[in-house]
Amino acid sequence: MMGNDNMQPNTQPCDTLLLRETASQTAGPYVHIGLALAAAGNPTRDEEIWNEMAKDDAEGEHIEVVGTVIDGNGDLVRDAFIEAWQADSQGIYQREFDLEKPFNSFGRTATTFEHGSEWTLKTIKPGPVAVDAIDQEHGAIDDKDSYLASERSAKVMAPHISLSIFARGINIHLQTRLYFEDETEANAQCPVLSRIESQARRQTLIAKREETDGRARYRLNIRLQGDDETVFFDF
Amino acid sequence: MKDSTRRFVERDRNWHPPPYAPGYKTSVARSPRQTLVSMQHPTISELTGPDFRELRMGVHDNDLLMNFTQGSGLPVGERMILFGRVVDQFGKPVPHSLVEMWQANAGGRYRHRNDNYLAPLDPNFGGVGRCLTDEQGWYSFRTIKPGPYPWSNDVNSWRPSHIHVSVMGPAISTRLITQMYFEGDPLIPKCPIVHTLNDPDAVETMIGRLDMAHSNPMDSLAYRFDLVVRGELQTYFENQ
Ligand SMILES: [Fe+3]
Repeated sequence: MMGNDNMQPNTQPCDTLLLRETASQTAGPYVHIGLALAAAGNPTRDEEIWNEMAKDDAEGEHIEVVGTVIDGNGDLVRDAFIEAWQADSQGIYQREFDLEKPFNSFGRTATTFEHGSEWTLKTIKPGPVAVDAIDQEHGAIDDKDSYLASERSAKVMAPHISLSIFARGINIHLQTRLYFEDETEANAQCPVLSRIESQARRQTLIAKREETDGRARYRLNIRLQGDDETVFFDF
Repeated sequence: MKDSTRRFVERDRNWHPPPYAPGYKTSVARSPRQTLVSMQHPTISELTGPDFRELRMGVHDNDLLMNFTQGSGLPVGERMILFGRVVDQFGKPVPHSLVEMWQANAGGRYRHRNDNYLAPLDPNFGGVGRCLTDEQGWYSFRTIKPGPYPWSNDVNSWRPSHIHVSVMGPAISTRLITQMYFEGDPLIPKCPIVHTLNDPDAVETMIGRLDMAHSNPMDSLAYRFDLVVRGELQTYFENQ
């Protein structure tokens, strides 16, 4: 199981034990034909992974999350593809993706080609998540003793949605998090948000709340470059 | 009682293409200028991801010869099998992982509303496939070989024949989208997107290899493309 026994002609060793990860390439301008069929203008299959993460009977506050993606020239990115991963209203990740379920932790969306060029997720507001939450399949996530003292004192992460951004011109997907404006106290104590030294940069992850016809809507514009560039993570 | 510590091998950002790679012009305005913020201790949010075993696939979802056919027509082009194994950096198979792919037709044209290259659409070809890896990490598709196509970067830039391949792996930390190129294609060393990579060895990880042993005589050639996702470390320790 260990070592290079399974090494094939297109895999590369990086030292005596490890294979090299397959290298990333841009998802390109036509990512939609593979991962967002309706957006490409193509027929969809019976089951598609898309942006309705919550059905009407899902538990929790039903919200819409919208935004744009803006490049370094201030122009809208019209061909971005985004993946979302979030906990349910109880702060639990529902790993099993099943379109029969009221809620799925995973969703996909894309900016539209039309005027405005917004991406949209229909979901529920996630609950706060314990940093060392027990993942049922894998046990505790990390050695608690290895946390920095400051992180140990704040073990609960503010409600958040992890976002991965793919597009033409993006050579390896960008990873960020969306937080909620109306969670001021939880945001102030979030151990991950606190890793960002600059207060101004922390703000790039905070979605603003808008009230619309009964359903709360949160807006986050993702800036790939320039003033107010969004914070992107490595993990 | 046992607890486990789950971690993934750190992603080598010098092995992957840098965000800013000016030879690929679109990357210039779409690459962050600030540094990435490192999470020294990724949380459950990063160390988990979706499990797609309950996603119901159509019978032809991994068969591009059949999944867009109009009546009895078959797509035009060289019939081929794309297959391989998803393993992690320790060589351990990654079972039940969603592998998705999309591609141009034999003339180099995508079935996408924004692609208006003058090569024609093929009425019998959609260009999208998906499947789950089996217990041993194997996946396979049946398709036709995509054609190269021109694109606006330099005055006369052409993409080598390629298939876009997407793999999820066990967590969002292992998420990866790449492109598979065909062994020996003279357009590979001329491609500005291939050249976003700094290390020629990294380019080798994106090359599908002709595999005569797995081809079907009088039917299709086979190309093998293994995908390596980040290695998963689990160390166990006893709780007192
Ligand atoms: Fe392409």
